[in-house]
Amino acid sequence: MQGNIACAEGALAAGCRFFGGYPITPSTEIAEHMAVKLPKLSGTFIQMEDEIASMASIIGASWTGKRAMTATSGPGFSLMMENIGFAVMTETPCVVVNIQRGGPSTGQPTMAAAGDMMQCRFGSHGDYSVIALCPSSVQEMYELTVKAFNLADRFRVPVFLMADEIIGHMRERIIVPDTVEHHERKSLQPGVLPFHPDDDQVPGFPEFGKGFGVHVTGLTHDERGYPCATNPKLHEQLVMRLYNKVEQARKEIADYEVTNPDAELVFVTYGSPARSVEQVLHDTPGKKIGHLRLKMVWPFPEHAIREFHDAARFIIPELNLGQIAREFDRHTSVPVVSVPKLGGELHLPSELKKLIGVNE
Amino acid sequence: MRHEIRFSGFGGQGIILSAVIIGRAAVMYDSKYAVQTQVYGPEARGGASMSAVIIDDEPILFPKVTMPDIYVIMSQEGFEKYGASAPEGAVMILDSTLVHSRPACTFIEVPATQEAREKLGRDIVANIVMLGALVAATHVVSETAIEKAILDSVPKGTEKLNLSAMSRGFELIKERGTSS
Repeated sequence: MQGNIACAEGALAAGCRFFGGYPITPSTEIAEHMAVKLPKLSGTFIQMEDEIASMASIIGASWTGKRAMTATSGPGFSLMMENIGFAVMTETPCVVVNIQRGGPSTGQPTMAAAGDMMQCRFGSHGDYSVIALCPSSVQEMYELTVKAFNLADRFRVPVFLMADEIIGHMRERIIVPDTVEHHERKSLQPGVLPFHPDDDQVPGFPEFGKGFGVHVTGLTHDERGYPCATNPKLHEQLVMRLYNKVEQARKEIADYEVTNPDAELVFVTYGSPARSVEQVLHDTPGKKIGHLRLKMVWPFPEHAIREFHDAARFIIPELNLGQIAREFDRHTSVPVVSVPKLGGELHLPSELKKLIGVNE
Repeated sequence: MRHEIRFSGFGGQGIILSAVIIGRAAVMYDSKYAVQTQVYGPEARGGASMSAVIIDDEPILFPKVTMPDIYVIMSQEGFEKYGASAPEGAVMILDSTLVHSRPACTFIEVPATQEAREKLGRDIVANIVMLGALVAATHVVSETAIEKAILDSVPKGTEKLNLSAMSRGFELIKERGTSS
């Protein structure tokens, strides 16, 4: 199965019944597959006029209680930024898939990159926190899409599936599970104000059409949902809650794999470069090499670094100029070596071996 | 046993579909692992097209083809771009109707486009003739597996034509052996 199709199938299995999007290489197969499948499941597929509207459409659909998603690539992702901020501020659960390609601008439509890793975290204005997942196989395109919906509903945030052209377009073996985990979105209880948070900092969701009267605004709002944009204390409280509801769970929701935690030399990857590093480990059984593979990059799992207690050097191959290497470096005193690669091709195992002094 | 197969020809010949079919045969019907990737640009029909498949008994880690041991080449431009550099130990199956050059490695000439046109009445199944020849010559997947994978992948109503093309590919290899 192709990675993009696995993503669409994962979304359908997770109960996604609304897709609003604008096709763009290399994500188009997701929209195509949803267009074929959703009507048969009484769902809705709509091709919007652009990516700004696509993002708006999934926000609207989500407020009716539907699980909603869109899929895009760099140029469309840039257009989505404004309404991603609106989804953050209005606490609208939604899933945004970005099959990354070479940028800036229209760049390389058919080649892989991971240049949007900081954009997904900080691309919309203001302070906030989001969740970003990075698959490195077709199997994970399926599994992490399911997970994205569950996290979006739990935290009421946009959740990003940050894949790349290689994983989106490659075909490989996948085992489709009979059932997938499904965590219901928490409903607003009668008599509670619509933006009054529970202990987990997340308010119950007042689904449209279920008798709630709710004002949904991008302006700073009080617990009733009414605009109140000049009260400094209220604004601070709201933004801190939007930030903390995700950040306070960063340890609990962290998702990563650790190989050889006692190694001195440790590779750190997310997305497709993980496959290059797995090949290096496979080819050099005599050499102890660690591997930290991040399946969730945001919120950043800084505690994972501590699992490698003997680490003397972290090597981070990325399909960008070192976006996550810099983030990683902030959290450790151990030397961090960034191995950037631009152009659209994956790091060759031979390149990485040379870097660590293994000659073939 | 790991095999890396590179397919090249021009857009419209079904170069990518060929790779998808052989990968599907390996995974679904021979219980092996396979990864299919491709290089494609904004150009569609007519330009050089390339796709690649890795078939292995073990899970495949690095998903890209770096050292193909099998080449399936269906156009002169495809040969020049992706086939001319084939290492000596490789095997190349080439469509002798459309490829004029010959590589330094072992090669097998299969007049696939001519056979498809004259014996089967449709150029479009030349890639399936090549797939039949590939399987008969290299046994990267079983003959039953490729048959089932072709049936899964071709449009309804064309099954008979495609299976005839596959069988013609088998025959062309069995008639001549793997010489040259």
